[in-house]
Amino acid sequence: MLHSSTIIVVSFAYLCLLFAIAYWGDKRADQGRSIIANPYTYALSIAVYCTSWTFYGSVGRAAEGGIHFLPIYLGPTLMAALWWLVLRKMVRISKVNRITSIADFISSRYGKSQLLGGLVTIIAVIGIMPYISLQLKAVSSTFTVLLNYPDQAATRDVAQLPLLWDTGFYVALVLALFSILFGTRHIDASEHHEGMVAAIAFESVVKLIAFLAVGFAVTFLMFDGFGDIFTRAAENPDLARLFHVGDIGHYGDWIALTLLSMVVIICLPRQFQVAVVENVDERHVRKAVWLFPLYLFLINLFVLPITFAGLLLFPPGQVNPDNFVLALPIAHQMEGIALFAFIGGLSAATGMVIVETIALATMVCNDLVMPVLLRLRWLKLQERKDISGLLLTIRRWTIVIVLFLSYLYVRLIGGSFTLVTIGLVSFCAAAQFAPALIGGIFWKGATQKGAVAGLVAGFLIWLYTLLLPSFARSGWLPETFITDGLFGMALLRPYELLGLTGLDPVTHSLVWSMMANIGCYVMVSLLTQQNAMERIQATLFVDVFRPSGEHGSSRFWRGTATVADLYALVLRFLGRERTERAFRLYAAEHKIDFAKVTQADPDLVNFSERLLAGTIGAASARVMVASVAKGEIVGLHEVMEILDEASHVIAYSQKLEQKSAELEAATAELRAANERLKELDRLKDDFISTVTHELRTPLTSIRSFSEILHDNPDLDAGQRQEFLLIVIRESERLSRLINQVLDLAKIEAGNMQWTFTMIDPREVVHDAANATRQLFKDKRIVLEEKLPPDMPMAWADRDRVMQVIINLLSNAVKFCAEGEGLVQVKLEAGNDGYEICVIDNGPGIPPEAQPTIFEKFQQVGDTLTAKPEGTGLGLAICRSIVHRLGGDIWVRSAPGEGAAFCFFLPYRSPE
Amino acid sequence: MTQSVLVVDDEPNIVLSLEFLMKQAGFDVRVARDGEAALKAVEESAPDVVLLDVMMPKRDGYDVCQAIRANPAWNGVRIIMLTAKGREIEKEKGLALGADDYITKPFSTREVVDRVKSHMKPQGSA
Repeated sequence: MLHSSTIIVVSFAYLCLLFAIAYWGDKRADQGRSIIANPYTYALSIAVYCTSWTFYGSVGRAAEGGIHFLPIYLGPTLMAALWWLVLRKMVRISKVNRITSIADFISSRYGKSQLLGGLVTIIAVIGIMPYISLQLKAVSSTFTVLLNYPDQAATRDVAQLPLLWDTGFYVALVLALFSILFGTRHIDASEHHEGMVAAIAFESVVKLIAFLAVGFAVTFLMFDGFGDIFTRAAENPDLARLFHVGDIGHYGDWIALTLLSMVVIICLPRQFQVAVVENVDERHVRKAVWLFPLYLFLINLFVLPITFAGLLLFPPGQVNPDNFVLALPIAHQMEGIALFAFIGGLSAATGMVIVETIALATMVCNDLVMPVLLRLRWLKLQERKDISGLLLTIRRWTIVIVLFLSYLYVRLIGGSFTLVTIGLVSFCAAAQFAPALIGGIFWKGATQKGAVAGLVAGFLIWLYTLLLPSFARSGWLPETFITDGLFGMALLRPYELLGLTGLDPVTHSLVWSMMANIGCYVMVSLLTQQNAMERIQATLFVDVFRPSGEHGSSRFWRGTATVADLYALVLRFLGRERTERAFRLYAAEHKIDFAKVTQADPDLVNFSERLLAGTIGAASARVMVASVAKGEIVGLHEVMEILDEASHVIAYSQKLEQKSAELEAATAELRAANERLKELDRLKDDFISTVTHELRTPLTSIRSFSEILHDNPDLDAGQRQEFLLIVIRESERLSRLINQVLDLAKIEAGNMQWTFTMIDPREVVHDAANATRQLFKDKRIVLEEKLPPDMPMAWADRDRVMQVIINLLSNAVKFCAEGEGLVQVKLEAGNDGYEICVIDNGPGIPPEAQPTIFEKFQQVGDTLTAKPEGTGLGLAICRSIVHRLGGDIWVRSAPGEGAAFCFFLPYRSPE
Repeated sequence: MTQSVLVVDDEPNIVLSLEFLMKQAGFDVRVARDGEAALKAVEESAPDVVLLDVMMPKRDGYDVCQAIRANPAWNGVRIIMLTAKGREIEKEKGLALGADDYITKPFSTREVVDRVKSHMKPQGSA
């Protein structure tokens, strides 16, 4: 006979032991000697998945549907295989971004959206409430069972008990107390609750051993092993049905439940807490991949034997199958085992409640309450020195409220359902996080609006198809809501929505809610755009394993803040000691002396934000940092600015390139100009040198012969006459040369006198031909004139035009062979002007000489005479005259085929 | 044996005057109107003195001077450059190429004769 005081004392002793473990764990963590930094503790902490639902409910479920309790464990086992891919990524993302909860994770992924954080929190609180109430119900009902021994009557309806007589109420109070003790002593929620994890792991061991002990006692003490139980069960016609897996509908349920439990193993807030947030080393995931399924296998080993034993030993309806685990040892006077079983169940329940409420408290505080409080300016929260106390208060009250609401749920509704059914309702709610959570780490394109749409759609359908019907079944809503649908519309029956029948309510709700959730999530994401912050966060999450992931966000932060402001800000949330330590470490790591540096760089701003995010969540941290950092959040505008800036830089560098190209071009031009100047200088020197030479040559002859004549008075008359003639000719040559040099200089300097008149070009050509006719006669060269019969008059300087023609004709004579030469002078009238050509049949001009033939002193040597006659200035003068008259002059020639010197003049030359 | 002078210039009148002057001074005179002709003449019979104009068609005076100096057999040939370009650089260039003397046009007839004489080997030694 177990006395209630014994049970209570043992229970309290056990809870105190748990607390001692937690305290010790925290102490060790503070000393840096973690007791949880090993994969076994990690895997055991994930086993918080096995709650009193598992401990008591599996047997209850098996009593209804045989192995139908299994999908809930099959799913996580399958999922564990994918953990290295999925869970490890979440762990890494959470470490990098100091994620504190699943709400924080989802909010952070979709652009640090406060809306999403709040939404996830609300869904979590409402959705998980039934689950917590399940634990309360289990503890209180098993307590009653244990207490009322050997009265095995079905537990009384708790709703009929006065509040103060309801053990469930006290259980809730005690659990609230312990949750507060475990979870809200620290403030930085992203720091690991090492003590809590240690306690949870210990509880996992206790509940496993307790369950195995009961199973062993039942199987081997009450019966003769597995074979005995199964044989006897198979012989019982009532139990035989449990051996069948079931019809097609059951297969659908199996698949649905397996999928459901696959996602909730990560999506339940407490699972996210232990598996992601509390993870201290992502390598632990590797071992958990097989350790956790092993745990699940062991804890399910004796479910069927206990179920069959209960069904075989107790008359139908006398004992609630949910209580078989406890009732069987009691019935066989195994008080120790019974008490141990109770403690095991208590372990399962407390573990779940503690972790779940702490996770929910963090979420409610960071993602729901703080954002609201921070917005209420009249609270002057932004100016308060120390907010860490406030945060703790909020979390503690959250725990109390959540547990109280859960208690209300179990008191008002829970009585009408089995443990597993209540649990599955919560599972279904938690599963709503899956698309946004898992999609968010693999699909960069998922948008905030998509996530919100999916969550809202899924949650509403869950609300309508699972939660509201549970109110209806408990009488809080009219029963017709279930049987006839909302407003009596058959299509709106919550368990047969749109006529979908034949499914278990949970499967039914899951199918509809997930279809709506995933559908909205994907469609809205595809149809909407991400803002800049979303894009940044999406990249940080999806690409977390890329090398730049860790510091990736700082480059997006454009704000500036003073170190003092940031320090003061962090101080208010983390307290002096923690803040000092964090900043000291940061300074050491980045080799910064805060005594000297006053302006925080983006990295420090980011660091402060992450510190805060660990305490109050990403969204709130963003707001807080924004309050001290000028320049603030990167909006689309700012990203565009960054992009603009980048494009400006590009444009600028392009401009620079262009400038430098221009400079290069200018330099090249300068160099060319310089070369040209040098060339001109050289040409000038050459010119002077050439002129000097040309002048000295006749001068030499004149002087020589003058001296000879002077020194030799006795020269004969013939020789004297010859020498005098030479003197005269050379003097003429000299004068001519001097005139030409002067002419050229005048033309080039623009000092030449021009006399413009109306001329008939034919007449000018004819006169020029006449003027040179003697030269042609002397060398017996034929001169042909080809003139048009009729042509316009022209406005030009007659003498200069004639000078050009005479010059060309003289040249032609010089270069033609005596007696064989043929020279044509041809005049052609065009539209704008006229062209005059002098064509000879001389040796022609070599191509290399043609470009320079009009330059000064560029005489082309020829083979006919040793030295060409003339000054070498004739063509240069011709060119100068033609250019002055607005025309052009050129030469066409091939060696051996004569040359054609042509010039064009407009009818009206510029004056 | 009569001392010989080769007059090389492309200006017929200058050649004429120099030819007259050299004959009057009692030298054996030959003339060439360009560089090639000059070298041909030297090959035929090396003169004692060459009066060599610089600016000539085909091979110029420097060229001819180099060609003469390149042949050791003509070591005894004295070369007097004649140039109408009175720049120092040309004078130096000529001397560097092995010319013995340098006369600028227009020249004094007496000076030319004196210079040629001064470069002649003493009579009777040949």
